[in-house]
Amino acid sequence: MTPSRVPIAVDVPPYRLSGSVYGVLANHPSLPVMLGDASHRPPYHAPPRAPVLYLKPRNTLAGPGDPVAVPADVPELESAASLGMVIERAACRLEAATALRYVAGFLIVNDVSIPHATYHRPSIRFKARDGFCPLGPAVVATQRVASPDAIEIRTYVDGLLVQRLNTREMIRPIARLLEDVTEFMTLSAGDVLCIGTAAPAPRVRPGQTVTIEIDGIGSLGNPFVRSEP
Amino acid sequence: MKRARVAYAGAIHEAIPLAFGDGTAGLELEDGRRLAESQVVWLPPFEVGTIIALGLNYADHAKELAFAAQQEPLIFLKGPGSLQGHRGQTRRPQGVKFMHYECELAVVVGREARRVGRERALEHVAGYCIANDYAIRDYLENWYRPNFRVKNRDGATLLGPWLVDAADVPEPGNLTLRTYVNGELKQHGNTRDLIFDISYLIHYLSSFMTLSAGDVILTGTPEGVVNVMPGDEVVCEIDGLGRLVSTIVDDAVFGR
Repeated sequence: MTPSRVPIAVDVPPYRLSGSVYGVLANHPSLPVMLGDASHRPPYHAPPRAPVLYLKPRNTLAGPGDPVAVPADVPELESAASLGMVIERAACRLEAATALRYVAGFLIVNDVSIPHATYHRPSIRFKARDGFCPLGPAVVATQRVASPDAIEIRTYVDGLLVQRLNTREMIRPIARLLEDVTEFMTLSAGDVLCIGTAAPAPRVRPGQTVTIEIDGIGSLGNPFVRSEP
Repeated sequence: MKRARVAYAGAIHEAIPLAFGDGTAGLELEDGRRLAESQVVWLPPFEVGTIIALGLNYADHAKELAFAAQQEPLIFLKGPGSLQGHRGQTRRPQGVKFMHYECELAVVVGREARRVGRERALEHVAGYCIANDYAIRDYLENWYRPNFRVKNRDGATLLGPWLVDAADVPEPGNLTLRTYVNGELKQHGNTRDLIFDISYLIHYLSSFMTLSAGDVILTGTPEGVVNVMPGDEVVCEIDGLGRLVSTIVDDAVFGR
């Protein structure tokens, strides 16, 4: 293992994670395409203008190999792959041209949710369950990632390729996303900001294993298991 | 017992309230130093974990904003960058039309809660403090509403001044909340009017997420929110918890 790849641990410098993981809704065009005209109708009335964020709180964080519990009352979960950037130092009012200097490195995030059809209200009950945010397997330093805005993300369920996307498809590329987010909120060292996920996210049933691969970053695998009643 | 966390003379301290002989309020650090309120920098009074907030949890406020009462609690989360303590400054961006305070009872979790029944829920509460959770309605969008740009702004969520032990708050479901803007009473309510009360919220949240010590639930705000402008002093008061003061400042303070 080289010094620039460290295990995911919240207390290991230089990539000490703060425990705050932010996701961004609809940064991949697949969701707007899937919603179509519905984006212009109630309850939304108009497509999003500023980045729409959500927080995966500390109870959701999990590591490689940790089982993801499928609640007893749902048949399957959504497993949405994203590239996550780890913030290096306080990032406030960044400009796109220099924003990447505030990124220490990248990792893989598996943003797990109970499938739900509406994005009108924050979906805490669907997205913030214990263990619903595996991430890892390591933080790869920014200088070792040649083109973070053009890397492929692949999701496999039990070894079968079920989703393939590329970070170049994102509506806001990394630097632009950082500029627009830090206009209204400061990101701190160790925060993770996910660049976005593609819709519809792959569905996963208990007994299956999800593996996410991101070129140059690594592979993150987690088994999904039926929750204890 | 009431406890604060403050910065003073190069270090962070715990402090308790102190009444000076002339009747003015101050505080005493754990090392015995006695200080006036204005001599210290007030931090949120505990190490804050996950910040969980309620929208539209008072029937009158929901009506004020023209919403029907919710079938299920409207929950949203906030990041730690939104926090500051008593006597903090909150920025009002140039050109904004409607920025308002929200005085709320904050419930601080004291020990892990997972699938807790209503009848035992309060056993998981360490204490209470006042929250003032500002919103800028100009930025509302109907995606994950209230969206972060409205409710997760730097320094727009004040907690304090004190963390008051649960044992010293015998009736958390019957506390009067008041907000004064420049000394004038603008907001008035009572936690008895919560749509989803504290026990229910802990029960509901812990049914799908484990709550840990330091997690905090901002229980929502009653009616009476008004626009505030740079220079305004906003004081949120809750029976037995104290007074939480903040000041609205303009872009120039932040070099914008």
